Amino acid sequence: MARAVSTRRKIGFTIAAWAVGLAIFFPILWTILTSFKTEAEAISSPPSFLFFDWTLENYTTVQERSNYFRHFWNSVVISLGSTVLGLIIAIPAAWSMAFVPGKRTKDVLMWMLSTKMLPPVGVLIPIYLIFRDVGLLDTKTGLVIVLTLINLPIIVWMLYTYFKEIPGEILEAARMDGATLRDEIIHVLTPMAVPGIASTLLLNVILAWNEAFWTLNLTAAKAAPLTAFIASYSSPEGLFYAKLSAASTMAIAPILILGWFSQKQLVRGLTFGAVK
Amino acid sequence: MGRITLDKVTKKFGDVEVIPPLDLTIEDGEFVVFVGPSGCGKSTLLRLIAGLEDVSGGEIRIDGKPATDLPPAKRGLAMVFQSYALYPHMSVRKNIAFPMKMAGMPEDEQKRRIDNAARALNLTDYLDRRPGQLSGGQRQRVAIGRAIVREPAAFLFDEPLSNLDAALRVGMRMEISELHKKLDTTMIYVTHDQVEAMTMADKIVVLRAGNIEQVGSPLELYRNPRNTFVAGFIGSPKMNLIDGAEAKKHSAETIGVRPEHIDVSPSEGTWKGRIGVAEHLGSDTFFHVHDTGLAETITIRAGGEVGLHHGDTVFLTPQADKLHRFDGQGLRIA
Repeated sequence: MARAVSTRRKIGFTIAAWAVGLAIFFPILWTILTSFKTEAEAISSPPSFLFFDWTLENYTTVQERSNYFRHFWNSVVISLGSTVLGLIIAIPAAWSMAFVPGKRTKDVLMWMLSTKMLPPVGVLIPIYLIFRDVGLLDTKTGLVIVLTLINLPIIVWMLYTYFKEIPGEILEAARMDGATLRDEIIHVLTPMAVPGIASTLLLNVILAWNEAFWTLNLTAAKAAPLTAFIASYSSPEGLFYAKLSAASTMAIAPILILGWFSQKQLVRGLTFGAVK
Repeated sequence: MGRITLDKVTKKFGDVEVIPPLDLTIEDGEFVVFVGPSGCGKSTLLRLIAGLEDVSGGEIRIDGKPATDLPPAKRGLAMVFQSYALYPHMSVRKNIAFPMKMAGMPEDEQKRRIDNAARALNLTDYLDRRPGQLSGGQRQRVAIGRAIVREPAAFLFDEPLSNLDAALRVGMRMEISELHKKLDTTMIYVTHDQVEAMTMADKIVVLRAGNIEQVGSPLELYRNPRNTFVAGFIGSPKMNLIDGAEAKKHSAETIGVRPEHIDVSPSEGTWKGRIGVAEHLGSDTFFHVHDTGLAETITIRAGGEVGLHHGDTVFLTPQADKLHRFDGQGLRIA
């Protein structure tokens, strides 16, 4: 229902919203700004906000000291790999839960979600030992497997919610029209669920890209993604703030850009089913 | 060809038997309407015939061939759903083409059938639109078009008009009836609206709680309802059903008389009463008459411009040859 909102209130809300938005964004902005400072300026007090000698020195140093592109490539492989593998497993799973639910479907879904409530560190030792024994430590394959398992509950849940919104009668109509199960999934279900699958894919790429706990603990050098690249700059001695900021900026830039371009899709995906 | 036979068909959901053993034959080319109150099992019965639900027992035969275990696509039936169930991501043309594409029909034959169907259903100008850009009536026509092009053995309609407004519903009713005359194909039509059943059917199947209460032509059901349920369900406004002493006079437990079979007089008659609510339809007026000494309010049907008003005293006389008599079980006494 339309409600009359006075102009003054509108202005008030707008200012408040911008303030909250800026507060949330400020740490990222500060990191980006710091990355253009010298190490001395980075720790100066009071800190300078915009008026300092802008320099690209940190970026050059970071590039010289470590191989950004190898870490970037590892991040791409791990996040895309785990997402695609997750979708391959989750689409049929969500299909069966949404369209041919059994007595225990709800329980299975809840159980899957409950695994997300377990602190990851609780299973770190067993997983580390298993990985060591089967030779998956510091491999991209190992990380793809672990991140797929970690994010699978979220993928299944998101797709399940999406599929639930597709009227069963349309699938029945396809069955009456002579479609096999394969035709039904390829020609009817998937095209209708593309927005849902796309936002699930995006969200999962972002989650996998940002995942730090497992990537830091299960990699050393070969398979280390950008999270490990950032961490390698937090050294306990010497001046490192500016270089750390430069490394962080380089690590988050790709995902920030991806998020920026796909924000509409993401918002739609995350609020799907909640708002009608 | 489309002769459909149900032989002791049953359906259980868990422990609940929604269709007790049921026998029914639908002849080739017949327009059969399943009618009954919500929850009577009429849609379930249709879905059993379609193959969208598995039967719990009994056999379904289509043109003499066993179809009980065939998947929906292999039964040669086409279905039109209440929600239209169009594919929202496809144009009207692709929606109509879908069953033919699934059947692997040659492109030029597909095109010919699409053009024919579009012409017959006034959809030619809309072939490149998406379902979302069409009105309710047009969507329903697309759904019918998608069914026609397959040239099925029988059409199944599941409450196809209940999402349309009243005026459109009457129009589409006529279109579906005309389509039946033209195609001469078996049609099974599910509705809870007895007016649709009466106006469209060759044969009406009245269902209650999964049981067939009566099967017959619209006028047979109207003239000779087998029990009080059918008597009350078929006909609008409802038949007056009267219990007690008045029924005993006719040596029955219940008597029934339709509103149109009661004569009204200002001076003399069997029952004296007072007029309550009057419903003016223009051509007819329905009066609800109270204080007749009977437990029930009596509904009568009079001409559109008859000069009776709220509170007037009237005398009512049921036409003797149009009186229905029912026994203690509610069954008709011949």
